Amino acid sequence: MTELTAKTPGAGIFPFEIGGITAREETPEAMTAIAPYKGREAEASAALEAAHGMALPAPGRSTGKAGARALWFGRDTALLIGPRVDASLGRHAALTDQSDAWIVVRLEGAGARDVLARLTPLDLREGVFKRGHTARSELAHMAGSITRVGPEAWQIMVFRSFARTLAHDLDSAMRGVAARAGA
Amino acid sequence: MRITCPLCGARDRREFYYSGAAVALDRPAPEAGAEVWDDYLHNRDNPAGVTRDMWYHELGCGSWVVVTRNTVSHEVIGTALARDEKGRGA
Repeated sequence: MTELTAKTPGAGIFPFEIGGITAREETPEAMTAIAPYKGREAEASAALEAAHGMALPAPGRSTGKAGARALWFGRDTALLIGPRVDASLGRHAALTDQSDAWIVVRLEGAGARDVLARLTPLDLREGVFKRGHTARSELAHMAGSITRVGPEAWQIMVFRSFARTLAHDLDSAMRGVAARAGA
Repeated sequence: MRITCPLCGARDRREFYYSGAAVALDRPAPEAGAEVWDDYLHNRDNPAGVTRDMWYHELGCGSWVVVTRNTVSHEVIGTALARDEKGRGA
């Protein structure tokens, strides 16, 4: 019988490092979209808090911390990243398993912002896009999610099938930034 | 051109899909008659000045946004979620 091996979306593609900036794949155990039923946002948020220790994030924000994070993920939707969602959430929200749908990459290093600035029209300036802020936006012509997880660290997500395209565009942007810096 | 999404804030026009005049907010009743439906489906104003359009924030939050803008000065005067505007008249 054939032995099948599960591969992560970025297997054989990530990680790589250019000019001191690293692009590394993150492999959370689970990702679940949480879309509260109409008028049930407060109950869903309380259930998320009770089960996973974080409230539902407001638009453009994330809650929780590394390893168990909830991102605002579009209109009336949050994405729980890390733990498998507790069944109690199902009473107040539609839950959709997204675990294998996205590639998650951590872009880190001095100048990571300049790399992203080449790929997205978002305003990523220091006082505007702060730690914990998140956005759905265009990332090299792909629909993506960008979250600032540290002073020089960003979590970026696109659909799994775009992993190689993302790596290619990151590579070009990172080379450009490194060339500008004279690295 | 930047459009302020009521949820996401000021965003680049690239994130939005343009749908056209905001008539869909005021869909006629099924029995409104052929003339009203003909007008709804086919007849559009082409104003030099203030107009209201529907834009879809497809690369952002997924909201339909009603944008009030001036076609002469290109000024974006205001934006609102279609959810909040529906029924108020286009």
